[in-house]
Amino acid sequence: MLVAGLDMGNLTTKAVLLLDGDLLAQSLIMNSEGGDIDGRRAIQAALEESFFDFENIAFLATTGSGRKSVTFSMKQRSPASCIAKGAKRLVPSARTVIDVGAETCTVVRVDDLGGLEDSLGNERCASGTGVFLETMAKLMRMPWQKMADASLEAKSVAEISSMCAIFAEQEVISHVHREPPTPMNDIIAGIHASMATRVAGLAKRMGIKPDVVFSGGVANNKGFARILEDTLATKLDIPEYPEFVSALGAALTAHDEAFRQAG
Amino acid sequence: MKANYGFADATGEYYITIDTDKCDGCGDCVTACPEKLFEVAADDYGKVVAMIREEVRIKLGYLCPGYEAACRKKEVNCHSACGQDAIKHSW
Repeated sequence: MLVAGLDMGNLTTKAVLLLDGDLLAQSLIMNSEGGDIDGRRAIQAALEESFFDFENIAFLATTGSGRKSVTFSMKQRSPASCIAKGAKRLVPSARTVIDVGAETCTVVRVDDLGGLEDSLGNERCASGTGVFLETMAKLMRMPWQKMADASLEAKSVAEISSMCAIFAEQEVISHVHREPPTPMNDIIAGIHASMATRVAGLAKRMGIKPDVVFSGGVANNKGFARILEDTLATKLDIPEYPEFVSALGAALTAHDEAFRQAG
Repeated sequence: MKANYGFADATGEYYITIDTDKCDGCGDCVTACPEKLFEVAADDYGKVVAMIREEVRIKLGYLCPGYEAACRKKEVNCHSACGQDAIKHSW
């Protein structure tokens, strides 16, 4: 039985296909018009890698900020529950999940049975989300992948006291114009450190219980992940495709719902 | 399960926590809140519980004065109304 999970995110839409509960295909697309159009595009892209068609999908569940905008969705679930479900499937020992997306930062506590124990989100403030890094990337005039590498090369971490994107930008500018100027790698490490403070703050408010999974698109940033690990003083488990964790959770929900409704 | 609704920004952390294990879905908080921030609906797991309305979630810090201020006013609020002590404020 083929099921699909859609994570309608703020910047990208992720689709995960499961065949009899096992991962078949996954695909990510940049958002365009949103809603059904992007939902369908993401699923089509994932179907391309399989022998199936849209009509073969027995159940579709949606999550993410745009989950209610997909008219052909059969079930909607909050991002927190999908993050918990997806992370638990990839890392069975997961008890805390930190998910950092384009515009959201969510910390989720999972209980021993895989159920959602507690969840805390921050969708209002850019600090602690991908938008912060995007803003800084424009300022540094380099893509985030290069920023990740630069951060890992840094000899020391420049002090950027502010977590707010607006004020941090000012601090970065003054670092660049300092006499002598702060090394670029150090500034970038400082940017990551400032963001890690915000993310870690949210995680500590929740209470960190190992094992800790780091998911969401920002988890691809190895430079930031390293600094977050240091700030939390806890090892972070990063799945191979961290941006798909929530969509996987939605697909698993679809799988469970399909069986529940059939039986 | 504890559901935290709200946000954290440069001015502070504004979260209202509803313990869904304690909440029985009675809806007293919905009527009690002067700003009409609550609603009762089925959550992801099918349990009918109180939640903060989606439209006001990211404005929580502006619409709710917080625990101390609300209780000092001595008016009826979510804390005075909830028989299960299921609601907590972070500010």
